[in-house]
Amino acid sequence: MIEFKLPSLGADMDEGTLLEWRVKPGDSVKRGQVLAVVDTSKAAVDVEVWNDGQVGALRVQPGEKIPVGAVLATLLEPGETAAPSVIAPRLAAVPSTSRHAVSPSARRRALELGIDPEAASGSGVQGSVTRADIETLARARPAPASDHLQAMRQAIAAAMSRSKREIPHYYLSETIPMDAATAWLQRHNAALPITERILPAVLQIKAVALALQRFPELNGFYRDGGFVPAVTVHAGVAISLRGGGLVAPALHDVAAKPLELLMQELADLVKRARAGSLRSSEMSDPSITITNLGEGGAESVFGVIYPPQVALVGFGSMGVRPWVQRGVPRAIPLVTATLAGDHRVSDGHRGALFLAELRDLLQRPDALAHSGPDSSTDTEGSLPWAANAKH
Amino acid sequence: MSGVRMSYRDACREALREALQADARVFLMGEDVGRYGGTYAVSKGLLAEFGPQRVRDTPLSELGFVGAGVGAALGGMRPIVEIMTVNFSLLALDPIVNAAAMLRHMSGGQFSVPLVIRIATGAGRQVAAQHSNSFDAWYAHVPGLRVLAPATVEDARGMLRLALADPDPVVIFEHAQLYNREEELPEALDVDIHRARVRRTGTDMCLVGYGGSLPKALQAAQELQAQGLSCEVVDLRVLRPLDDQTVMASVRKCRRVVVVDEGWRSGSLAAEVVARIAEQAFFDLDAPPARVCCAEVPIPYARHLERAALPQVADIVTTAQTLMGRRT
Repeated sequence: MIEFKLPSLGADMDEGTLLEWRVKPGDSVKRGQVLAVVDTSKAAVDVEVWNDGQVGALRVQPGEKIPVGAVLATLLEPGETAAPSVIAPRLAAVPSTSRHAVSPSARRRALELGIDPEAASGSGVQGSVTRADIETLARARPAPASDHLQAMRQAIAAAMSRSKREIPHYYLSETIPMDAATAWLQRHNAALPITERILPAVLQIKAVALALQRFPELNGFYRDGGFVPAVTVHAGVAISLRGGGLVAPALHDVAAKPLELLMQELADLVKRARAGSLRSSEMSDPSITITNLGEGGAESVFGVIYPPQVALVGFGSMGVRPWVQRGVPRAIPLVTATLAGDHRVSDGHRGALFLAELRDLLQRPDALAHSGPDSSTDTEGSLPWAANAKH
Repeated sequence: MSGVRMSYRDACREALREALQADARVFLMGEDVGRYGGTYAVSKGLLAEFGPQRVRDTPLSELGFVGAGVGAALGGMRPIVEIMTVNFSLLALDPIVNAAAMLRHMSGGQFSVPLVIRIATGAGRQVAAQHSNSFDAWYAHVPGLRVLAPATVEDARGMLRLALADPDPVVIFEHAQLYNREEELPEALDVDIHRARVRRTGTDMCLVGYGGSLPKALQAAQELQAQGLSCEVVDLRVLRPLDDQTVMASVRKCRRVVVVDEGWRSGSLAAEVVARIAEQAFFDLDAPPARVCCAEVPIPYARHLERAALPQVADIVTTAQTLMGRRT
């Protein structure tokens, strides 16, 4: 018997609301399959299972709020047979006892108002929910959209307060010439349709992942008073949502993936984050956060680390500014990369070396495009540019 | 006749008198309608006024005189046949259903049967099972018939003329408990034989009734109003074809409905109305539709048992309160 539990989908999450089951008892499931959709305060997240098996009993009904770690369902391991006398009656009993009587009129009104009718308390015949109950509920709570926004604001507040309370941040910044990268992107993208063109952000994310391989103390988690390095780089990409707020779901295993694939995955991730359909692993896996202000953003960003991560890399907006190369001032595209590091785990010196590595990698875009995880050991470009320490 | 207080009985008589005066083809026929003046005294005085050719006493054979009425209608007359009570109308089902209701269809439209059949119906007078039935729903089941249930003095006064103008057979049910009811008859009659009527407007609960059940529904609405429950009362009036539109409009507004019917619950007219509500207004309901019907027993003779078997105001009130859930 395997217990399928509600995972923590972020440091700020301690409970979730089951939105829907994607499986029913008796279904065979594969590792990585989405079993349920859970509403965290940030998004509707597809929750995946980590074992192969067969769904036994669903322990939670849609609409129920459950704490992290609660058993959502039980699975039978491959080869295990159900004990029907225990499970079957329980299953049969669940729908009849948990069914909430909602009048047809109330159900329709709830749909119009975007309210969960099961959340209303019933004043009607046999305790059923009436149209009036729905309208009372609608008056009692703010519109659902703003309600969700408010919850997300609170979640961000909790996580960021915890970060600033617990994590002794240090900040470094480094200006990175992007002329080589920009030229490479122009060449690469020239022949491609718009949808396949690679954005500078993808180069930056890839460069961060490769640079981190030599700075494991920036990639991982601070848990139970100690640092646990992550095995690979799952880059949490900060994505601002149209309604307000942001999420930072993971691009998985960035170092090993070619730019084209990363571009596709990033586009998909942004789309799904804004549609509110992220997967649980994307919410819980990021080992570092990368934020990119993009065009029109500020010149540099000093981020707040998302616990239990230990570092955040920020990229300001890229712009053509003066730069002195070999004694000659030139106007070239520049970007300011910053590092917010957890001083419990790493020091500014190592952080500065990391930013230098990042800078150098971005001078060799062709290598970024073709490099796997191991090609970044080449440190030819370690020029003695001091990282600009802020703290 | 307008602008005066009048009994339902007198309204029926005035309607007959008007019809007999207006059209020489009209005549009244039935058991005891002439010399006795009608079992419920509806035709009292009409024999003297119009003579035995126009107001005809018949032998005690419903099959015979209703059949004769069908023949007279086919022959160009405008007969009004009175069947003393609905209980005895079973003996005339063949001429009513197989002949009157079907001849237009069977003749490919060549014959019409402009027959009006008046039938007294209902219980509540301690006349025991065989004289207390409500078979309104049986007639409302039959295509080819129009079935009317005047429940107000105004409808009793106005429906007969319109029924006679209908080229097809019309059955009019007069609930025996209504004959003594007195109401103000409006200056100008506002009567049709197509639509249900909202007799009282309200917002919380729709009470549907007809015939003898209408006064009970109105009384219940008044008592419920005192408890803060606003009831709308719909009088079906036309039992066939049913006016769905008026019923659904009220149900959609109130979202809860109680249908009151003196007929037995199974296969009752209330069953038909509730089925239509479920079909047409399901998503507007805030509670299951409810029925207050006659207990499924032969109507008892004993007064207290008869009362217990029939829908009463208190039953309607209780049912309505139940549908409101915690509110009341």
